[in-house]
This record gives sequence, structure tokens and C-alpha cells, in this order.
Amino acid sequence: MSRPVVILAGFAALGAISLALGLAVGSVRLSPSDVAGALMGYAPGPVGDIVLRVRLPRVLAGFACGGLLALAGALLQVLLRNPLADPYVLGISGGAGLGFLAATSLGLGYATSHVAGMVGALTAVLIVFGLSFRASDWNIYRLLLTGVVFSAGCGALISMILLLAPEMAVKGMLFWLLGDLSDATSPQWAWLALIGLGTPSVLGSGTLNVLGLGRSKAASLGVSVPAAEVAIYIVASAATVASVALAGPVGFVGLIVPHLVRLLGVTDYRWLMPSAMLAGGALLSLADTGARSLWAPLQIPVGALTALLGVPVLLLLLAGRR
Amino acid sequence: MKLSADALTLGFPGRTLCRGLSLAIAPGECWAVLGNNGSGKTTLMHVLAGVRSPLSGIVRADDSPLAQLGAAARAQRIGLLLQEEPAQFWGTVLDYVALGRYPHRRALLGRDPTAEQLARAHLDRMDLGTLAGRALATLSGGERQRARLALVLTQDPVVYLLDEPLQQLDLRHQLQTLDCFTTLAHTAGRAVVMALHDPVVARRRCDHAVLLYDGESPLAGPAERVLTSENLERLYGVPLPL
Repeated sequence: MSRPVVILAGFAALGAISLALGLAVGSVRLSPSDVAGALMGYAPGPVGDIVLRVRLPRVLAGFACGGLLALAGALLQVLLRNPLADPYVLGISGGAGLGFLAATSLGLGYATSHVAGMVGALTAVLIVFGLSFRASDWNIYRLLLTGVVFSAGCGALISMILLLAPEMAVKGMLFWLLGDLSDATSPQWAWLALIGLGTPSVLGSGTLNVLGLGRSKAASLGVSVPAAEVAIYIVASAATVASVALAGPVGFVGLIVPHLVRLLGVTDYRWLMPSAMLAGGALLSLADTGARSLWAPLQIPVGALTALLGVPVLLLLLAGRR
Repeated sequence: MKLSADALTLGFPGRTLCRGLSLAIAPGECWAVLGNNGSGKTTLMHVLAGVRSPLSGIVRADDSPLAQLGAAARAQRIGLLLQEEPAQFWGTVLDYVALGRYPHRRALLGRDPTAEQLARAHLDRMDLGTLAGRALATLSGGERQRARLALVLTQDPVVYLLDEPLQQLDLRHQLQTLDCFTTLAHTAGRAVVMALHDPVVARRRCDHAVLLYDGESPLAGPAERVLTSENLERLYGVPLPL
């Protein structure tokens, strides 16, 4: 078997393991047969509730968000021709954070603040795209710079809100800003987004390969470059918004997972895209299982763990590279 | 397919490079595009390939405007060798050259054995067979130029637009490349347009030529009429012992 096939199969297996671990591990000890029984509907009472109503939605939410972030990161790295691009480079996390924090500091409830975060993320997409898009002269560098500057502005406002907010509220705000899955009870929208956005991304991955040749060469090979770039931007933004709406701005996954797959020797986007989505899903659901069980009953935000888990893996891969 | 241009004005907003250029490139013809640095050779190539619009005028493929042809249909007919490409590329030399089949692909996913076979054949033709598995970025400048040529050959268009095809090539590969493309024009009915810097090569190998004068009307037509010593000396501003 060729290397990309092995890597893809490996990440598929890792994804399955991460889902199984997420169901089996937690503050309440359950045996594998309990979990299997609950999944098949044989476990009424608390065991069934823990598996089906607490752990299953959360592990599915973690997997979907990880997949969406990896998808968005890989797409933006192609679009911006910049290996440092991540899902938040164009201001989505800034807009979302500002929306969430503004709502919280106005005394609105947690659920309403979540909606405000999503509205903030969408507003950020519209503002950045609206300021940088010109039909006659679509320019990626203007898009990147607009996004980075917009992010910086949001960051300043977020710092101010954090400084002025009452101390009691700050911890909740920081939790959300790091990325947290403890309120992710309905993952179905994120899965719909993952399938709905992942499918065209995998089917269009041949075009991503050609865009790697630069805009003129891609155009000469029959890619409608501006249309393809706008489509990539829209898909990446939608994936990021879907993930942020569910889990807040979980960092690191979108930046690192595409590089992790590349460092393992998969650079053809037809293999990289599906591998990255599986790897991102596995990484985030593993990290979240750790976040809610390592210090149980204390829970830490998953965003703090993605980096702790991902950094050593990536550093080792980088060091081992010839 | 006949590629023709009618009353082209080339340039950028604020800078006009060439005005009123008309030409018709027929199958079997081999064209040279000559001009000083900044005279518009590259712009002309890009406009003829349909990847950039002229300031005014129109390019036609047979009788319909090139802009009306879909992007893939255009790329099946017209291949463009760029003078410059980004140094970074995600894959191997073979990955790179096989992308020439992109406009011809039928399925969105999966391996395309024809593409790989054609890419390997053209890599061999450019003496790069042994480097097929190397990362493109590790190749020397001349080797990379041969890989670019192999990509355009793999694309297998009807019209080859080659912007400085001989740059960075050693003497043997310059001659080999010229042989390869003139043979395609003369025996396979393809049209070849080459932006060149050597009028001697143009006179020996090309049957038609475009001279892009700085700030004057361009000349285009059969080589014996256009590539005269007088025209070339006026183009380059140096005496030419041709």
C-alpha cells in the first residue's frame, strides 16, 4: 500500500479509538461492556444516561469541531499561501470573542452569549470580506491584511472587556476564549457542517493541488482562480464559524494538524484533506477526554490541552525530519 | 485551432506597452516573439493564453472570443509556459508534471494512470526520468525549467505559448527543446509561440515573428518579411552582423 493510504487508514483508526475512549473514560468508571450495552440500548438508568446523553454528544462535538478546524486551516494555508495561516487569522475568533464577551458583560445568560459569539463570528466574516473584496481586483494580500488588522482590533477590545469585567465573570470568559466543549450538547449542526463542507473540499482537492502552482499557472491550467479562491474562503469561514459556535475558539488544531499530516509525508491535497479532517477530529476528541477526566471532577478548557498534546508531537516530527 | 488577435493594446492601467497588434497563429506555425526587456513579451503571452485581459482588442480561438471559452476548454487547447513560478511546491517532480493533465481529467478523485504515464514519458523526454521522485524544490534551475517544459508537454495543448523556453538551459537542452517544439509544429500540427532573446535562434527556427518595439507599432508576420536585419537592428538598437 502507498504511504498516503496507510496514513489515511491510520487516522481513521485513531479517530475510532478517540471516539471509543471518549465514551469509556470519564469521572464515572464504566466497563467496555457497559458502554457497548448503553450504545445498543440495553443499559437503562444512569449508565445509559451517562453514555448516551453526556459523553456521546460531547465526544461527537469534539470530533466534529476538530475536523472542521483542520479543514479550515488546510484551506486557508492554500488560499493565503502561508504556512502560518490558521482558521482564526482572518478575524473570526476575534469577532466571536468580542460578541461573547460583550453579551456576557451585559449580563446576558450563557446560552444567549453563545449565540452572540456566533453572530460576532459571522459579522467578522462579513466585515473582513466586505472590506477586502473587489470583483475586478480580488487580492489575497488585502484579505490577509484586513483580517489580521481586524483581529488585532478585536483583541484590544477583548483585553479591555477582560480588564473592566467583574472578577467573578472573568474566569467564565477565559474558559470560553480558550475553547471549551462542556456546553456542547447538540453536535448535529457541527456534523452537518463537517459533512457538508468536507465533501466539496475533498472533491475539489485536485484544484487545491493546482492552486499550489500559483495563480497564473493555475489559470493557464483551467482553474477559474478568483471564483475558486472566494469559494475556499467561504468554505473555510463557514467551517470555522460552525466550530466556534459550538466550542469557542479552540486554538492550535487548525494550524498544526495540516502540518502534522504533511510531516508524515502526505502533501497531495487529495489525501491531505481527508487525513487532516480525521486527524483534527481525533486530536480534539482525545484532548477533550483528557480535559474532562484528567483532573476530574475539575474540568479544564479543552483549548488548553490541544496545545499540550499537539506541541510535543509536532516538535518531535520536526526534529526527526531530514 | 487558429489563435488570432485583433487590434490588441497591451499594458497595465497607467502604462501602455504595445498598441494595435494583430496576428493570426495557424496550426503548424512556429512564432518568435522578440523585444527588449519590458516591451510586453510576457504580457502578450498571458493575453494570448487568456489568463489576462488586454487593455483593448480581442483574442479569438477560431472564430469565437477566447473569453467565451470555458476555463477548462481553454486550457485543453492553449498551454502556457511561465517565465517565473513560485519556488515552493508541495510535491515531487512527477506530481508537478502530472498536474498538466488537470484540464483533461475526467474524475474528481482517484489515480489517473494515463496522467502518470504521460508525465513519465515527458519527464524522460526532458532527461528528468531519474529525478521523478525528488521534491521539485530540490532541483537546479535548469532542471526545474525542464520540469516546467515537461508539464506543458503533458498538458498536450494545440497551441504552445512558451515564455523564454530556453532560460537556464545548458546548450544541449536548448537545442533539444527547440527540436522538440519545432517538430511538434511541423509534424503534429501544433502551433508554437516562443518569447526569445536570440534573433539568430528566431531566424533559424521560426517561420513567423512578432517584434515588440518600445513606443512604436509592433510588427507581426512571416519571418522573411519581419526578421530583416534592418528591423532587428532598430528593435535592439545595436548593429547585428546577421
